[in-house]
Amino acid sequence: MCNENGGIRKERQEWLALRSQMKDREGRFETVSGMPVNDLYTPLDIEGFDYLRDLGFPGCYPFTRGVQGNMYRGRLWTMRQFAGFGTAKDSNERYKYLLARGQTGLSIAFDMPTIMGYDSDHPRSLGEVGRCGVAIDSLQDFETLFDGIPMDQVSTSMTINAPASVIWAMYIATGEKQGVRSEQLTGTIQNDILKEYIAQKSWIFPPEPSMRLITDIFEFGAKHVPRWNTISISGYHIREAGSTAVQELAFTLADGFAYVEAGIKAGLDVDEFAPRLSFFFNAHIDFFEEIAKYRAARRIWARRMKEKYGAKNPRSWLLRFHTQTAGCSLTAQQPENNIVRTAYEALSAVLGGTQSLHTNSMDEVWALPTEKAVQIALRTQQILAHETGAANVIDPLAGSYYVEALTNKMEEEAEKYFEEIDRRGGVLAGIDQNFFQQEIADAAYRYQQALDSKQRILVGVNEFINPEEQLEIEILKIDPQVEKEQVERVRKLRRERDNIRVNETLDSLRRACAGTENLMPYILECVRAYATEGEIIQTMKEVFGEYREKPVF
Amino acid sequence: MARRIRVLVAKPGLDGHDRGARVIARGLRDAGMEVVYTGLHQAPEQIVEAAIQEDVDVIGLSILSGAHLTLFPRVNELLKARGAEDIIVIGGGTIPTDDVKALKEGGWAKELFTPGATIETIVQWIRENVKV
Repeated sequence: MCNENGGIRKERQEWLALRSQMKDREGRFETVSGMPVNDLYTPLDIEGFDYLRDLGFPGCYPFTRGVQGNMYRGRLWTMRQFAGFGTAKDSNERYKYLLARGQTGLSIAFDMPTIMGYDSDHPRSLGEVGRCGVAIDSLQDFETLFDGIPMDQVSTSMTINAPASVIWAMYIATGEKQGVRSEQLTGTIQNDILKEYIAQKSWIFPPEPSMRLITDIFEFGAKHVPRWNTISISGYHIREAGSTAVQELAFTLADGFAYVEAGIKAGLDVDEFAPRLSFFFNAHIDFFEEIAKYRAARRIWARRMKEKYGAKNPRSWLLRFHTQTAGCSLTAQQPENNIVRTAYEALSAVLGGTQSLHTNSMDEVWALPTEKAVQIALRTQQILAHETGAANVIDPLAGSYYVEALTNKMEEEAEKYFEEIDRRGGVLAGIDQNFFQQEIADAAYRYQQALDSKQRILVGVNEFINPEEQLEIEILKIDPQVEKEQVERVRKLRRERDNIRVNETLDSLRRACAGTENLMPYILECVRAYATEGEIIQTMKEVFGEYREKPVF
Repeated sequence: MARRIRVLVAKPGLDGHDRGARVIARGLRDAGMEVVYTGLHQAPEQIVEAAIQEDVDVIGLSILSGAHLTLFPRVNELLKARGAEDIIVIGGGTIPTDDVKALKEGGWAKELFTPGATIETIVQWIRENVKV
């Protein structure tokens, strides 16, 4: 090996001598995250590389090559398009449309009032009902949302965080109405509050009670909803807020470690809940950097879970993840170009071994996508799966000097962040010190400056502009009538339900919040009594208080 | 020497998309303006109160939730009720072309900046439209 590399080293010198006489074109040679890259990678860039230690085989520790032994030969990734808008009835129709076109899982987008724990008739909800997702106030809306969709046959991902316990309870209770037991339900709740404080900023309660709710969900899930992913630890929003790929990787995994530690501290056995932890990453436009990120993520997670947290069940070592192509890489200008960007990003996710994928629609910079745009996005995945051959071979880029060197680099840089986070006293301390928020804001500002100064080219935005461009795509509009109807619906519910029972269940929940019992059974009782989401959250706020940020820029 | 232009960068609505607001706040500050950033989830009442307290020349509303047709008029109405309609209201975010037209024609926003606008463009606009 030494001799071999000696020869390579010698010839490399000769090449460098030749190369140094060549003039390179203008521009910065770095990833979209600003990480400089060499012009060429050789065995010299991965000296010390040990196949079995660093890669191993698919489905085997440390899982660098993928979490399943046969990867996409066994089953293709789940094509899961995030959707939801208007009322529960509107969204129910969209889900049936997607299922009829070959989508294999549902992914629910909720509107902002639902995400923030307000009912549709709350003053803060004005103008926001049903706009960014579906409006949910009570179990009644959930029953409509799943009308005619057999919940024992469809897996559902729900993008809900601060009020995840309440929305999950509604899902479980809707299953009960369909005669589906909680043990049969499959799906995911995002339930990742740490990245809310760090990046997405849809928080309700302060960190401590929020973490309690999460460990309550872990425990309840392990006992009663064993096929459910009780958290989706998300880097997607960290990246969308402007982070680099390394920050996305490091902050997401650090959040993951924090949840594992919280679970252990709450008295749970790590192997009881760790197999149900799942992840969610961004697929940004820098092709190789993204692939390296996914590979490094699997390796870091497996090593830590086994070596640091002592997990014994191999399922606890697996980093399974969903991917969404990068909304922030799309442009408002020449929106059709976004189809191309999304296709490259989707390819990187597949070559990186994702378990499920959402491809963005070309018009999402402007509004929620139209049906036509959604269909193109879904077809992009189907072409990738069935025409390109990308799904034939497992981890096909392994052994590429560049990809392996970049995978190592991502891991090293992430480790530096883990040390920094430890020095600061952990993730919660880092949030309190604004560490993550400031790191991301700095990266976002650097990126904007690179665009403004044209050091970075964005096609159609700062170069290759169509001066006469008029937006010619159709934009989905939400009828203002939606808000009016939803407000009437929740008011009618409050008049017609058994309000004595509602108050009893809310009182029980309030007492439980002040104690230490698992809150899930209490929340379920409120939901079954048709207490609204806003009422349940308000009850919890009375005990837990609310989080306030320190605005920095 | 002319005094510095004062800008309130405000984030109304329930969504948490503050990347744009923060980048703009920083860009305006680097361009020599005095910038106050409200933080997220601000009700129109809170924004108008902050604008008056901070005695700003400009309010920049960053909206990515789709609620712009509700929020811009509301902020303007509150400013008027407080006798502070001399404060210039501008905005940015994912606002479709038809809505940009409606908001400008209705007098609810003096100018709107949509994705792809550079910081320099926004700085220029503010310098040209604010008398100090």
